[in-house]
Amino acid sequence: MGKIRVVHYLNQFFAGIGGEEKADITPFKQDGAVGPGTALQKQLPEDMEIVGTVVCGDTYFNENLETATDEVLKLIESYQPDIVVAGPAFNAGRYGMACGGVCKAVQERLKIPVLTGMYEENPGADLYRKSVYIVKTGNSAAKMRQALPVMAALAAKLAHGEELVSPTEEGYLPRGIRINKVHDKRGSTRAVEMLLKKIKGESFTTEYPMPVFDRVTPRPAIKDLAKARIALVTSGGIVPKGNPDHIESSSASKFGTYSLENVSDLNEQTHETAHGGYDPVYANEDPDRVLPVDVLRELEKKGVIGSLHPTYYSTVGNGTSVANAKKYAHEIGLQLKEAGVDGIILTST
Amino acid sequence: MVKELEETVDVPVVHVCTVVPISLTVGANRIVPAVAIPHPLGNPDLEKGEEYILRKKLVEQALRALATEVSEQTVF
Repeated sequence: MGKIRVVHYLNQFFAGIGGEEKADITPFKQDGAVGPGTALQKQLPEDMEIVGTVVCGDTYFNENLETATDEVLKLIESYQPDIVVAGPAFNAGRYGMACGGVCKAVQERLKIPVLTGMYEENPGADLYRKSVYIVKTGNSAAKMRQALPVMAALAAKLAHGEELVSPTEEGYLPRGIRINKVHDKRGSTRAVEMLLKKIKGESFTTEYPMPVFDRVTPRPAIKDLAKARIALVTSGGIVPKGNPDHIESSSASKFGTYSLENVSDLNEQTHETAHGGYDPVYANEDPDRVLPVDVLRELEKKGVIGSLHPTYYSTVGNGTSVANAKKYAHEIGLQLKEAGVDGIILTST
Repeated sequence: MVKELEETVDVPVVHVCTVVPISLTVGANRIVPAVAIPHPLGNPDLEKGEEYILRKKLVEQALRALATEVSEQTVF
């Protein structure tokens, strides 16, 4: 049986062509291993051989994503590879985007395993970590020596079709894929053990890492509340009685847009909550407990605020993904912007 | 939602919620702590009139937050 054929993807810099001034070089191929590929070959098992290297300038790739991907793929395909390894790109953004893009395309179109390596904060890691295996590397080429053995070991496993263990043990960035497995300790025991470690100030590994969130700049304050139009938005699921839009009690697939015209108080005859995951009794008894229309009407009458925006928006926050919540908020936001509101009160349960 | 609204509408947004740490983690800029998860702006243990006063205080606090300049995440 012949050796497992590996194709390696590099940018102009690592291929030894040149730096930034050569970054617009179009894709070409070279037989055998080049640059870091030579070191990678030494780490690979004997039955794997880097048969060819495909090189593309980072700028060319990123400015011509589609054509460059096609060209690179054609060159890769010409070697009839069994696996493709790209980079590592460390913290080089355009290189990371190229490595991720090439790997994803190869995986989809050639249906063979792929592997790349990057620093965690490389934008390419953000974009491609869920699609392809990306070995976590240091942030500069000075970490090449540490990165290559990990990449070689993982490439060997992928090429041989071996089962991978957890991202931490294999050294790749978590892809957000959950795999069922039988643990010898039950969840409550593991949770208490983690808690004890936390209390003792010892390190522990969470089984469910929280996503990292970005930030927005706080907008300037409302200058004159007495002239301001205030809008109400809630993730607490307050809807007109009967839930006319059938907003789901969990993992809501939509938000509702409802009128507050001639409404001065919410009560159990007019409104209710669609939200699951919390006891709905209190919100159903008096929906103002979640969406304070009664108070805002009084403050409007007294001239504390200019007016209450005549439309409110509601969805259910229970189990709703961040991406969906963001999407709904964006659509709601466009309408509120159009309406020219001056401030928003968002209530959550 | 709170961030996307602030970004899209380009006006201040105040998040009235009970679990303040989540709001802080998510990145809300103006936060008013509420009463409880199932009734953020109410308390069924109070008599109706008292409950209304409690709600009014929270809403006024939220409005105050909207009318206050902040340069970073602030819990009112």
